[in-house]
Amino acid sequence: MDITFEKVGYTYQKGTPFESRALYDIDLMIKEGSYTALVGHTGSGKSTLLQHLNALSKPTEGTVKIGDRVITSQTDNKNLKNIRKKVGIVFQFPEAQLFEETIARDIAFGPKNFGASEEEGKEIAKRMLPLVGLDESFMERSPFDLSGGQMRRVAIAGVLAMDPEVLVLDEPTAGLDPQGRKEMMEMFFGLHQQQNMTIVLVTHQMDDVANYADHMIILEKGTVVKQGEPREIFQDAEWLESKQLGVPAAVAFAGRLEKRLNRSFAKLPLTTAELAEQIAAWLPNLPKQTAQEKGGEDR
Amino acid sequence: MDKIVTLKNLTYQYRDTDDRLALEDVSLSIEAGEWVAIIGPNGSGKSTLAKTINGLIVPDKGEVKVGDLPLTEENLWKIREKVGMVFQNPDNQFVGSTVQDDVAFGLENLAVPRKEMVERVHSAIQKVKMDSFMEREPARLSGGQKQRVAIAGVVALRPDLIILDEATSMLDPQGRKEVIQTVKEIKEQENLTVISITHDIDEAALANRIFVMRAGHLIEEGTPAEIFANGDNLVHMGLDLPFPEKLKSALSRNGLSVPDTYLTDEGMVEWLWTLLSKK
Repeated sequence: MDITFEKVGYTYQKGTPFESRALYDIDLMIKEGSYTALVGHTGSGKSTLLQHLNALSKPTEGTVKIGDRVITSQTDNKNLKNIRKKVGIVFQFPEAQLFEETIARDIAFGPKNFGASEEEGKEIAKRMLPLVGLDESFMERSPFDLSGGQMRRVAIAGVLAMDPEVLVLDEPTAGLDPQGRKEMMEMFFGLHQQQNMTIVLVTHQMDDVANYADHMIILEKGTVVKQGEPREIFQDAEWLESKQLGVPAAVAFAGRLEKRLNRSFAKLPLTTAELAEQIAAWLPNLPKQTAQEKGGEDR
Repeated sequence: MDKIVTLKNLTYQYRDTDDRLALEDVSLSIEAGEWVAIIGPNGSGKSTLAKTINGLIVPDKGEVKVGDLPLTEENLWKIREKVGMVFQNPDNQFVGSTVQDDVAFGLENLAVPRKEMVERVHSAIQKVKMDSFMEREPARLSGGQKQRVAIAGVVALRPDLIILDEATSMLDPQGRKEVIQTVKEIKEQENLTVISITHDIDEAALANRIFVMRAGHLIEEGTPAEIFANGDNLVHMGLDLPFPEKLKSALSRNGLSVPDTYLTDEGMVEWLWTLLSKK
């Protein structure tokens, strides 16, 4: 299922003295099976854009196509339920939305709303826990006895329980320690690779963009200022710095090294693994090793 | 030098049913004017430790002293005037409807006379460079701006010690820079002591000493260079690896032998330059 924006604009409280334009003139496409990173400063319109991905907000101008559904300002609010099932959004700090007495019930809440029985709900919860790195022993525990990181996993399991085709993640690792951050990012990448899940990731971490995304969209002041492959976009480090967005650590380091050595890398290294490989290639006396695939150990 | 914080044998458990202690026999002291960082994975007891310093948490065992004052019920409010805290989520700490009301809140509670209050509020807001936002609604500011207002609220109380409890972890890189820069400047001007609880390696690098917590224990203490020399183990200390360390691991996976010592970015560039210039 693709999601396509055509000339999308959104104005809050349109037609009132408080009206404010959050998005304008947005053309973009989230391709089925892609991993898209959405990048931009606070206030650039990222959150408003996210809400259009599953019709929580309807565009005030233009059209949003979600699979075969077309959403415009005229779309009736009825019958949108199915879209919400196909596009799951994990909002910031989703652990704040936990409320049930047991973890199993919390995870099963969505499916039950869509008609799953008590038994089926339990089955689904049981299947979801390992996906987020927890096990069955958590089923009957209270979600409020967990650590922050574990609570977040439970909340994410609740979204996955709806079996979405597209998973939208709004800064999913904010506030976690580096170990937890890495585990969670690997978990999403696993879902993307194994289940061909389409991922949309909102992030400030350029290293995450470099490590995981195959498409990148940069928002500024309510509109798209650049989109394309991360490798292409990161070529123009100067432009990114001018937008105060920065580049992945490997790209920044490669730049310093090129300057010092007065020598250029054949291909811009985006990740630490790529950088190490290219440096090793400059040292011909080393034993040759196979190139590390995307998904190496050092993200 | 004068000790501003002395913690002796602190032990604390949140609930009797918890399978382990949140703090177990933790002792440390901090000199006035220091910038220390407390690191450790989520759940290691960093925030619990920080909250004992201003009596938000009363340890089951052990002793807390701020300056010369032991933390007792009598001294609690005196100590809270000395210790300002800035928390992780900027949205959880606003009470005022404008920036200046918010900064004034703490002073109102201390019944500071109006004239002095106005002065202190304005000067605190100036120090965090938010003067052009005095009448704005805190909710409408960016994350970095919100945290700067929270810092102004603390600074207005003229504390001796400021504790940043993951105060930058929810901010974008720009907001992070703003907040750190602000704290650095204020620390110099006011001769403050700073305790920063953080997972951010760049932030930890600003400290003159780092304390490492794990599972309720204080397991290590050292300068940033000493701590960062832990290499891959840093991840288990709740920090991300510095980039040169990551690159070293990746290079050794490609068959290179790499130095054991901690290298800065600069040091790494020089080492590679030397290596690659040899023919």
